[in-house]
Amino acid sequence: MRRFVIGQAKNLIDQTRRPRPHHNNFRLLSPLASDPIPVSSSRFFSDMTGSDSSSSLPVTIDSINPNVLKCEYAVRGEIVNIAQKLQDDLKINKDAYPFDEIIYCNIGNPQSLSQQPITFFREVLALCSHTALLDRDETHALFSADSIARAWKILDQIPGKATGAYSHSQGIKGLRDAIAAGIEARDGFPADPNDIFMTDGASPGVHMMMQLLISSEKDGILCPIPQYPLYSASIALHGGSLVPYYLDEASGWGLEISELKKQLEDAKSKGITVRALAVINPGNPTGQVLSEENQRDIVDFCKKEGLVLLADEVYQENVYVPDKKFHSFKKVARSMGFGEKDISLVSFQSISKGYYGECGKRGGYMEVTGFTSDVREQIYKVASVNLCSNISGQILASLVMSPPKPGDESYESYIAEKEGILSSMARRAKTLEEALNKLEGITCNRAEGAMYLFPCINLPQKAIAAAEAAKTAPDTFYCKRLLNATGIVLVPGSGFRQVPGTWHFRCTILPQEDKIPAIVNRLTEFHKSFMDEFRD
Amino acid sequence: MSLKALDYESLNENVKNCQYAVRGELYLRASELQKEGKKIIFTNVGNPHALGQKPLTFPRQVVALCQAPFLLDNPNVGMIFPADAIARAKHYLSLTSGGLGAYSDSRGLPGVRKEVAEFIQRRDGYPSDPELIFLTDGASKGVMQILNCIIRNQKDGILVPVPQYPLYSATISLLGGTLVPYYLEETDNWGLDVNNLRQSVAQARSQGITVRAMVIINPGNPTGQCLSVANLREILKFCCDERLVLLGDEVYQQNIYQDERPFISSKKVLMDMGAPLSKEVQLISFHTVSKGYWGECGQRGGYFEMTNIPPRTVEEIYKVASIALSPNVSAQIFMGLMVSPPKPGDISYDQFVRESKGILESLRRRARIMTDGFNSCKNVVCNFTEGAMYSFPQIKLPPKAIQAAKQAGKVPDVFYCLKLLEATGISTVPGSGFGQKEGVFHLRTTILPAEEEMLEIMESFKKFNDEFMSQYGDNFGYSRM
Repeated sequence: MRRFVIGQAKNLIDQTRRPRPHHNNFRLLSPLASDPIPVSSSRFFSDMTGSDSSSSLPVTIDSINPNVLKCEYAVRGEIVNIAQKLQDDLKINKDAYPFDEIIYCNIGNPQSLSQQPITFFREVLALCSHTALLDRDETHALFSADSIARAWKILDQIPGKATGAYSHSQGIKGLRDAIAAGIEARDGFPADPNDIFMTDGASPGVHMMMQLLISSEKDGILCPIPQYPLYSASIALHGGSLVPYYLDEASGWGLEISELKKQLEDAKSKGITVRALAVINPGNPTGQVLSEENQRDIVDFCKKEGLVLLADEVYQENVYVPDKKFHSFKKVARSMGFGEKDISLVSFQSISKGYYGECGKRGGYMEVTGFTSDVREQIYKVASVNLCSNISGQILASLVMSPPKPGDESYESYIAEKEGILSSMARRAKTLEEALNKLEGITCNRAEGAMYLFPCINLPQKAIAAAEAAKTAPDTFYCKRLLNATGIVLVPGSGFRQVPGTWHFRCTILPQEDKIPAIVNRLTEFHKSFMDEFRD
Repeated sequence: MSLKALDYESLNENVKNCQYAVRGELYLRASELQKEGKKIIFTNVGNPHALGQKPLTFPRQVVALCQAPFLLDNPNVGMIFPADAIARAKHYLSLTSGGLGAYSDSRGLPGVRKEVAEFIQRRDGYPSDPELIFLTDGASKGVMQILNCIIRNQKDGILVPVPQYPLYSATISLLGGTLVPYYLEETDNWGLDVNNLRQSVAQARSQGITVRAMVIINPGNPTGQCLSVANLREILKFCCDERLVLLGDEVYQQNIYQDERPFISSKKVLMDMGAPLSKEVQLISFHTVSKGYWGECGQRGGYFEMTNIPPRTVEEIYKVASIALSPNVSAQIFMGLMVSPPKPGDISYDQFVRESKGILESLRRRARIMTDGFNSCKNVVCNFTEGAMYSFPQIKLPPKAIQAAKQAGKVPDVFYCLKLLEATGISTVPGSGFGQKEGVFHLRTTILPAEEEMLEIMESFKKFNDEFMSQYGDNFGYSRM
């Protein structure tokens, strides 16, 4: 079993397991649309009765919550919808297309592109799913000894060993202890399990904080541009105002305090009370890893201006460059001598990213520090309405924060798997970055971390005019053309927002390593022919 | 001195106003006492596995295999997993795009939604469209998503039964809407009178509220009553006349403890009524893996099915679902297994039936034991638990008790429940957490404690109640038995 697993680990990226149908049904809404994007409904809506314009029905597009209408989430939208149709058609009309498969580079969903889960983690989860396994002799032949031991340890922390029961609304105490210990080992500063709130992915935690912070559109949240559109969507849903601060592309997507100050003042002058600053580190879609000095300036800024610092650190294990290192904002704040009374900080972590890539399990937590107890009670109360997050995700989160250690039976295979995945990601990031930089009119900052490349594309005027004629945003126009020519699915930069007049697209670094050369070739060929067509 | 970034005063008022008693004061006090070493019987939440109910074997086998697919490659796997569990695991893995660790479609795996649609069709006898079924991280998330779509501002009212499961009141609060109560009639077995509905709506409208939706919980929580077909027809007609969308919380549909009123879905009744109602009444139905005889609360698995919701509205609901990316995939598999369980002839069928029947029959017995137990107590009357998982006895608190409660700064039923907790370790939820008529007090307990412990628990309660009534009573005794 052990040798089997190590063999698997060493062949990680090259393994092509049984073909999996790609069912990513994410559709892209172009946020620049002057008209709402007409949805070709035939695939979704079989026999619908009653059209939306019928005003006799109580719930129609005219009477639903306007915040719902306002909010947008670019990771699903038009382009992915088209890709879906192409994929379905490919099955029957193979020869009609210049490509033979759709490659989804639109979403950070590693295991949908054949990345394998960490064996040790899944061993523990399987044992916790079906605890009767632990009573059988045969189990020792099928599972590693330390996974069995860890399963026992976890089950002992769950009342009645009942993994099917609702847990404490913050998550199982023993698992929070393990997470707090993991945070302390990472940062060198203590963490309190009572500060941990476990959630179904990091996203619900972000929603919770927006709910607490936003009372009306007069409440603003500073968000990086470009940003992961969870923030803009959540702020819109809760009826608040997004206060943008622009990252500087020319300096590797640097975060300037002067820009923060400027935007804060601007918002204040418009009567907006800025309540929090959201920072994504490593960045999404931009991939930059903040320097410690930068982080200190940010902490100072939040403390001085009385802002809650929302630190989205879900990519903390995804750093690909030797000259940068992840430092948590908690560590930075504490090393500056700032404690509970000095700075309100919410740090988000997830099991979806890193080298574990467990998106579908929905696990994550927020560490909440620097709030008074009456505020914390309110956070607890909101968490309790949903009772608790899923137990399987909670278990995974504790494993991610306290993985096998040197000396453990599974350590060797665990490390091989982890390093295999991360080194492959670094290679793919580099390969794609270099390839994109070779393309005419495209400049691409390096992906220091996270899972994406976000190149800037200098579209010729002719292309922009053609886009306008097609009533599409220029970057969406480019991405659609690219999809139809190559089968590659990207997300236009407008979905993340960008400096007006600039165009980008986001591409993940996640396709299997052996597919990357073909992707590069197709991209290069397409881009050349696009520029030939539209060059000014 | 730095500015306080987020202090209590500046918190969103809606958050401050929302209450969720199920994990509120009583539960927190019980947890404190537990830490101090006291034995606590948690009957505050419908959480079967926490009280000793075992998970069904077959789904756990299937999901364990899905968690660790490398097991399927191991030649010895057939030694500890039955062949049908192995086949089912392969089936569900083939429906995913990368196993349990990949985001699925934001609405849930198409293959599982198809199985849900087939289940609904078998149950109701009418076709169901998988495209109108969305899987969610628990039914609660689905309820929150739908209410979020409906509620625009505080002028939007939602009709909610009193007593109700406080997810509704809490969510309406959080979303800044208005709860419009309609009272269930305790003396009529928690029956629903359409006249009460009309009255509630009229009153709300006179206050400038636009009533948008009506919630029914069937079987009821905390009340347990199962709605009759006649009642459901009245409700659907009412919703049509008043232009309300009906939100049918049917999470307890497997938990039925009497034979006079089996579960019938709102959708079936609506379809049976035929056009024009079947094409006009908007309905959203909710279900879960947390209840029934499955009790898999910790998985967080649920779904909602939309009927007569227009395409563009479905689009918007899909959009909001997509912000959360996808519901957790393990729970989706549990849902698939729940709606398509082992069939006669399957290797695991007998065990599955034995385990399920065992649980349901025990629940039925416990419903009876508890109801009778409460009814044998002084100043306590209790309607029979027809369905769901709870008992909701009325405690006729003597005036002296109510006064003592006031002096202690507590709502009377909270006062009673705290005393009950301290004396017996039984952790309940006071009726005020669910809403009740003015001056009438209840508590909610679950029927979930192990059958072998039931009699002892009821005796412990009776002893406490006798002492309480002696202490605070004036010898006015009332007992149904």
